[in-house]
Parts: sequence; C-alpha cells; structure tokens
Amino acid sequence: MTELRYLAPGTLDEAVGAFAKAGSAARILAGGTDLLVQMRSGVLKPGVIVDIKKIPEMTTIEQAADGGFRIGAAVSGMALHDHKTFGKVWPGVLEAVNLIGSKQVQGRASAGGNLCNGSPAGDSVPAMVAAGAIVTVQGPNGRRELKVEDVPAGPGRTNLKPGEILVSFALPPRPAGSSDAYLRMIPRTEMDIAVVGVGVSLTIKDGTVTAARVGLGAVAPTVLLVEDAAKALIGSKLDDAALAKAAAACSAACRPIDDKRGTIAYRTKVAGVLLKRTAAIAAKRATQKN
Amino acid sequence: MAKVHVTTTINGEPMEFLCEPNDTMLDALRGPLALTGSKEGCASGDCGACSITLDDRLVCSCLMLAVESEGHEIRTIEGMAQGDKLHPLQQKFLEMAALQCGICTSGMLMASDALLKRSPDPTEEEVRFWLAGNLCRCTGYDKIVRAVMDTAAEMRAQ
Repeated sequence: MTELRYLAPGTLDEAVGAFAKAGSAARILAGGTDLLVQMRSGVLKPGVIVDIKKIPEMTTIEQAADGGFRIGAAVSGMALHDHKTFGKVWPGVLEAVNLIGSKQVQGRASAGGNLCNGSPAGDSVPAMVAAGAIVTVQGPNGRRELKVEDVPAGPGRTNLKPGEILVSFALPPRPAGSSDAYLRMIPRTEMDIAVVGVGVSLTIKDGTVTAARVGLGAVAPTVLLVEDAAKALIGSKLDDAALAKAAAACSAACRPIDDKRGTIAYRTKVAGVLLKRTAAIAAKRATQKN
Repeated sequence: MAKVHVTTTINGEPMEFLCEPNDTMLDALRGPLALTGSKEGCASGDCGACSITLDDRLVCSCLMLAVESEGHEIRTIEGMAQGDKLHPLQQKFLEMAALQCGICTSGMLMASDALLKRSPDPTEEEVRFWLAGNLCRCTGYDKIVRAVMDTAAEMRAQ
C-alpha cells in the first residue's frame, strides 16, 4: 500500500500548490462522503488528500449587496440549510442540496463535492444549472470561471484541468417575482439516487414568465441545461400548451441509460412529467413573493 | 506508514491520539480511544450506527477521517448520560422498548438528540425523515419514533 499523506492547508494558494504537485495521486477532501466511500471500497487509493475545509473561502456563504450569493465549495448542506436568507431566495437549490443523503451526510456533504463527483444523478447539479450558477476554479494558472453546466464531462469526470480546485458557486441576484424548485423521482421517499431530477428557475411578471432556466439530471451522461424547455416557458403564462411543449423538450433532451432504477422509456416520460410539476412549484413560490 | 498525532476534544475532554492518515474517526474511536459505543454497520454512510457530532453537527464517523478531528469538538454516545443519570432519550428508549438487538441504538440516540436540539417539538413526519439515515432491522421503527416523540413532549414540559 502506498503511503497516504493528509494535508489541510489554510490558504487556497497552498492547496493549489500541493494539489498540483501531487498530480493524479491527489484527491480533494471536502465533506468526504463520496471520497471516503471510494477509498473504503478500494476504487480509489489516493497518495495525497488535500482537505480544503481550513480555507475560509471554501466554507463560507456570503450574500453581496446586490443580493447575489457566493457559496464556498465545501459548505455543507446543513450549513446552507441553517443560513438565514439563502433558502428564502433559492428554495429550489436548497431543497436539491438537502436531498443529498441522510442528515448525517448533510452535515458534511457539499454542493462542490456533488458537482466534482461527476455523477449524472447528483441532486444539487440540475438546481444549480437552473439557477445559472457560475463556479470559480483555481489552479496553477490562476483563477477562471465556468458555467456550472460546463463542469461535468461525463460520469465521474469533470472539465476541471489538472491541479484545478473548485472554489465557489456564484448565484446571481434575483429580480422580483423569481423563484425556483427541484424535484426528483425516486422509488422510495428518502435516501436514494435520482431516476430523474429536474430543476426549474422562473421569473414571473404580471403572470407572464419573463425568464426561465431548466436543469435536467440522471437522464444523460451529464446533467443538462435544457434551453428548449426554457424557451417554451418564456413569454407564456404557464398554460397547458406551454407546459406540454416544455415537457416535450425535456423528454427530447433525454439520452438515458436503462438500469435497475428505470428504463429509458420510463426516464424519458418522467422527465416531462417532472418538468410540469417542478415548474408549478417554482411558479407558486415566485408569485407568492410578489 | 507514519502515524499522525491528533489533538481534539471528545465529550468535553481534551484528548490526544495517534492514527493512520486513512483511519476514519470511527476507527479511532473504537481503536485507540476505546470508545466502542459508536458502532460500525455499513462503513459507507448508509446506516447511521456510527453517528456522532462534530462541532454539534450530526455526522457519520465512518465518513470522516480521524485526522479531521484536529482542533474540533466531537461528541459520542458515551457523553450522553450524566454519570449514572441517563439522558431522557435513553430512559425513554428503555421504557418503551425502542430497541431489540441494540446495534443501531447509539446512532439512533445521537441522531434523535441532534434533532431535539434543533427542533424541540417535531412532527412525526419530521422525526421519520430525520432518522431516515439510521437503519434498524429489528424494531420496524415505530417504537423508536414514538419514544422520540414522547421524549420531546416530556422535555418540553420540564
């Protein structure tokens, strides 16, 4: 067995240096709820673990004066839940993050880890895509920003370059009449992996949708931004015809696998059904706030 | 492999121990620290038998490296009773027979305690969702849920 080294740097620069230096043998530790399971099962045998939780930027939630949020990559689901205002502004993102595992897992697991784990079924990802989140990553060549939907590359893979570490999510300020929602289909009520997950973010003015984004999970090698579904909703009053068109766009975007959780036909159909239900919840929240 | 020296606080007492870098907190608790109340069920974060709190947050000790406890505050089932005086949850679990084989019990108690600290008047649904990460193969959960609800009512009355 190769020797494992545990590092817990206090600054991002140190973390990036140590992570890049260790190369492919290194793994980032945020909540550890995926990493430790992978180590235990023997799937992963890292030589170096870089714990990022001693870096303040990674573990803080900030709301800017314009109302936008910045969430550190290692912020746990429970910490996000306990934030005073986040769940009021982004209830869909919060409910998605809070669906990851049990309360025990919530005490540790982060949206950053959920994204970097690269699972097509990660619950927080479709909601972050719908929210239009921008992530900041830092690597040996400095910082850059990516749209959250551009991070996953395939099951278990991301578009982060070697040595790059996910630092934070930035969620934009919300115009009046905005809200979001996330729904997933699972065969039981808790503690399961999404068969389909849908995140919808809406802005509604005088009953008409003025902005929409739709994220779709567990039905393709990566979480998808479904622009055609958003287009079908924008300009509509969420009437049956618009919802049917958006649902059809979601089903059309599906390129799912057949597995024990759901067949291709089932996932494709459920994607459309969930779009309608999720949009209804987001719309209710958006108009309640007016 | 070089052992790592860790300084932490467990159930209010300063503690030091040596561990391998890849030991979990559960390994350290049950090994060098000899606190065997936390149980290993699945070792993958599914069963909750190893539940502890880390800085007052409920976590699975099997999903945390022992080295991560450096400078933090850990609470385990061993810290729940005050001397010979059982915590109201422990007392109620006994009275209502909310356990059979007992392997899930310390995790159930830690999780229930964490819930009641956040939410002293939970609904049954809230209790059931909160305990979804604690598996019990004996009781069918009903007695556990009722014991938690009864304890909550009793603690509110005091």
